[in-house]
Amino acid sequence: MSHLSLQQITKQFGAVNVLHGIDLEVRDGEFVVFVGPSGCGKSTLLRIIAGLEASNAGEIRLDGRVVNDVSAADRGLAMVFQSYALYPHMSVRQNLAFGLENSRMPKAEIEARVMEAARMLLIEPLLHRKPGQLSGGQRQRVAIGRAIVRRPGIFLLDEPLSNLDAELRVVMRAELAALHKRLAATMIYVTHDQTEAMTLADRIVVLRDGRVEQVGSPLELYNRPANRFVAGFIGSPRMNFVEASVTPAGLDVGGRRHPVSDINLAPGASITLGVRPHEVDIADVDDGTLALEISLVEQLGAETVIHGKTHLGTSFTLTAPGQGRFAVGDRIGIALPSEVHVFDETGSSVPRSGV
Amino acid sequence: MNAISTFLLRRRGGKGWHWTDVLSYLWLAIGLFLMFGPIVWLALSSFKTPANLVEFPPTMLPLDARLANVQGYDKPLPLYRVKQDDGTERVLAQVRRVGLMAQMVDPANQGELVRVPIDKRSPEREVKLATGNYTEPLQQFNFLRYFQNSIFVTVMATIITLIVNSMAAFALSKYEFKGRTAVLGIILATLMVPLSVIVVPLYLVVNEMRLFDTLWGVILPTVATPTGVFLLRQYMLTIPDELIDAARMDKASEWQIYWRIVLPLAAPALAVLAIFSIMWRWNDFLWPLIVLSRKEQYTLQVGLNAFSGELNVQWHYVLAMTVLSILPVAAIFLFLQRYITSGIASTGLK
Amino acid sequence: MSVASETQSQALSGVVAAPLHFLMGALNAPMVFIQKRFGIGGMGAVFLAPNMLIFSIFVLVPVAINFAYSFSGGMAIFFGERHFVGFEQYQTLLTCADYTQPATCREDAFWQSIHNTVFFVVVQVTVLVLVALVTALVLNREMRSRGFWRAVFFFPVLLSPVVVGLIWKWILQRDGLLNAILVEYGLERTLWLAERNWAMFWAIFVSVWAHLGFYALILLAGLQAIPRDLYEAAMMDGTRAFRTFWRITLPLLWPNLLVVITLVLIRAVQIFDEAYVLTGGGPGTSTLFITQYIYETGFAHVLRNLGLASAASMLMGLVLVGLTLLQLMASSRRNREGRA
Repeated sequence: MSHLSLQQITKQFGAVNVLHGIDLEVRDGEFVVFVGPSGCGKSTLLRIIAGLEASNAGEIRLDGRVVNDVSAADRGLAMVFQSYALYPHMSVRQNLAFGLENSRMPKAEIEARVMEAARMLLIEPLLHRKPGQLSGGQRQRVAIGRAIVRRPGIFLLDEPLSNLDAELRVVMRAELAALHKRLAATMIYVTHDQTEAMTLADRIVVLRDGRVEQVGSPLELYNRPANRFVAGFIGSPRMNFVEASVTPAGLDVGGRRHPVSDINLAPGASITLGVRPHEVDIADVDDGTLALEISLVEQLGAETVIHGKTHLGTSFTLTAPGQGRFAVGDRIGIALPSEVHVFDETGSSVPRSGV
Repeated sequence: MNAISTFLLRRRGGKGWHWTDVLSYLWLAIGLFLMFGPIVWLALSSFKTPANLVEFPPTMLPLDARLANVQGYDKPLPLYRVKQDDGTERVLAQVRRVGLMAQMVDPANQGELVRVPIDKRSPEREVKLATGNYTEPLQQFNFLRYFQNSIFVTVMATIITLIVNSMAAFALSKYEFKGRTAVLGIILATLMVPLSVIVVPLYLVVNEMRLFDTLWGVILPTVATPTGVFLLRQYMLTIPDELIDAARMDKASEWQIYWRIVLPLAAPALAVLAIFSIMWRWNDFLWPLIVLSRKEQYTLQVGLNAFSGELNVQWHYVLAMTVLSILPVAAIFLFLQRYITSGIASTGLK
Repeated sequence: MSVASETQSQALSGVVAAPLHFLMGALNAPMVFIQKRFGIGGMGAVFLAPNMLIFSIFVLVPVAINFAYSFSGGMAIFFGERHFVGFEQYQTLLTCADYTQPATCREDAFWQSIHNTVFFVVVQVTVLVLVALVTALVLNREMRSRGFWRAVFFFPVLLSPVVVGLIWKWILQRDGLLNAILVEYGLERTLWLAERNWAMFWAIFVSVWAHLGFYALILLAGLQAIPRDLYEAAMMDGTRAFRTFWRITLPLLWPNLLVVITLVLIRAVQIFDEAYVLTGGGPGTSTLFITQYIYETGFAHVLRNLGLASAASMLMGLVLVGLTLLQLMASSRRNREGRA
């Protein structure tokens, strides 16, 4: 278990800035997820923590000690790679033991640790096999096992589930969560999948273009996104955004009115409303704040997902519980809830007095 | 299932012999005759006695006089078929020849000596392998030494080539450093420029390093092959960088990464280079010809050339030693054909 | 790779690596020390060093010396004893009244060798590429014992130039197999290697014989990389065999063919060993090629002329580097298209 602290980490590749001064604290035993679209710098940040990449500026502290100049081998961290990076020419046992052998651990100790990890991950029967003879899920376990045997201060996981099929991903996700509890280890996990982030994390770090957009627990991020980007990134299906402007009488949404009382904005300001798909009610075409022409209906059984175009010309998605009867081309009205997310012109969340 | 595979695998329609099938097999037949014929002919000829070799027209198989042990004579005597005056033929052994007459004896009835005019007798011959062609040059001439030299050169050069080339390829494929592009450029530019273009100055360098007329003088200039570096680098580029990151996280030193991760994973490419290197070094001619001056230092190819270039070419020895020199190469080909063909197909290098 | 071939490759790597295993392990401690000293980033240069050291001594330095020698004159071997002559050696090589007539050139042997080499290259490249292409097409057909046929064409590639030369010298000699066959059919004996035109013919023939299998194999790999469903589609469309060849096979094979053509070209320009053993450059200078000219001018003649040989090899090296760049362009195009 280790405690990690990053201060003003910046990284350039040539002339391109990929990280602009990242500050972050990761506490003992915490499960932190870096999430963001591809190219946001989350993997680079992880590699800088690992010591595989050097930062151009800033300080990395492990348990209070500055480790910028400590090599990857000596930081005492372990990493699970996206491709698993198992040594193809070594058996599972050798894969697990390789790192321990390099630190000149006694043979008996190595054997004990390998067996312990193998038992924990249910890969004992596979120890003599080569990675090429394993299924994707089994490889994933071996990759995790290789990290476990090292008993690292921090586990670094770089999109470890992205090479698995959907079903297996759910299973491994649960196992990872269980493993985290069991080992009580500090874990830093990189993913572009917000579901993984929501289900696994104690805290989520949302990154975009090399900047931290927001740090917080999953529900904090869901309920109080700091800006339009975070709001759109967290939650599935995605949050809808509707252009509106502030009038003395409330909000003007493309000619229709939406009463919101507690907003602290001067009349005339143009804003964006954020509405989650399941927060809206269906109304008559003429009654709702928005009129919607349905373009696609997805019947999922328990709920119905409806995609369409609003009278503003923007696309909108909503979910209705049960198996409603909707047809493509139908026109319906959408009643927005009184509690909506409001973002100003810069995309930042506008604090509302009520919340 | 079978019908489906037949359908899929067939290139031309129809079940009978298409004219392209006929042409193909004609091509193969000519190929077999032209490509393999000379080698078979070489092998057959190498077992012929000198007398058999100079015959014209040559015999297909190695033939030698049939000999018989006749009581009263120390050495086995050659047998001849003799046409007698009454038209019948009998087989006699020749004791000695005097002018145009031969003194002959019946192996079954040793008592009487028969005098036969030599044009009335024709030698009885049988297929016999003149293995002396092989043993004599090894014993009497330096060929055993040439063999040892060739083996030494081939083995040492191949080992050094594999080590230094793979290290360089590792550096050029997995590290970023200043001048990498320049080094790569130099290697690419010299990829096809043969040793023969720089033999003159190379001779001076080797001379200056006191390697002239030594086997190391043959070995060292050939080991840093751009071809090998290029081939290995191309292969190592396909080894995922994540593996190397993983090894670094696993506390492996860079040297350990090289020989415990990268080298084993590059084994197929190393095997190809090893085979090529063995072929190259075993077959090298011009450079050893220049560097080596004393006969004891000759490699097999230089020795063969010298032997065949003599005024009075002893073809029976030359042919036998040629066959011997092919054997290692043939053995490699037999066992490792798959690597050779896949290596050539994937790299286009020789 | 199948499992079987994997184990085979492991067995092979075991054989290759076993003696090295100990050495490599022993080297770890000093290499760790070096790594501590230079850092991980510095290890690239460290790994590169042995190869580049040897390469510099035995390739780069000689190239530099060659360059220097080509501007010097005299009979002395050591550079210090030679005198600077500027472009004189190049002038000697390049002075010609009529470039189509080697006899009118100052260094007539050089120009004779260029004429011979050019003739050799043009004919040999054309014939070799065509024959290799046909062979690859034939070997690509579905038939029994393909491996055997491939081996038949490939085996000569493994032979040393000396052996190739000797085999054919033996067959072509006065009382050799070829003459025996001719006499058998009532034809005249010929001294194949003693007549100018025949000697050149056999030099070309033998080099095609020796290298055919190599290029056929590259082309065969290219043919096998052409997706089978293209042929099936063509078959479904009722395309005729010739049209399939012109419109599908040839265009898709073209990148490989280009690589082969440039490779053959580069190797043909360097022709030396097998021709040297076969004909020794004769009769006269009728099969004297450039490399042999360089070798003989620099070494074999009693009056060794290192300056002239160096200048000649500088010119040849220039041509070869140019051709190599051409080849790399061709193969990078092949790789690009292969990936797409």
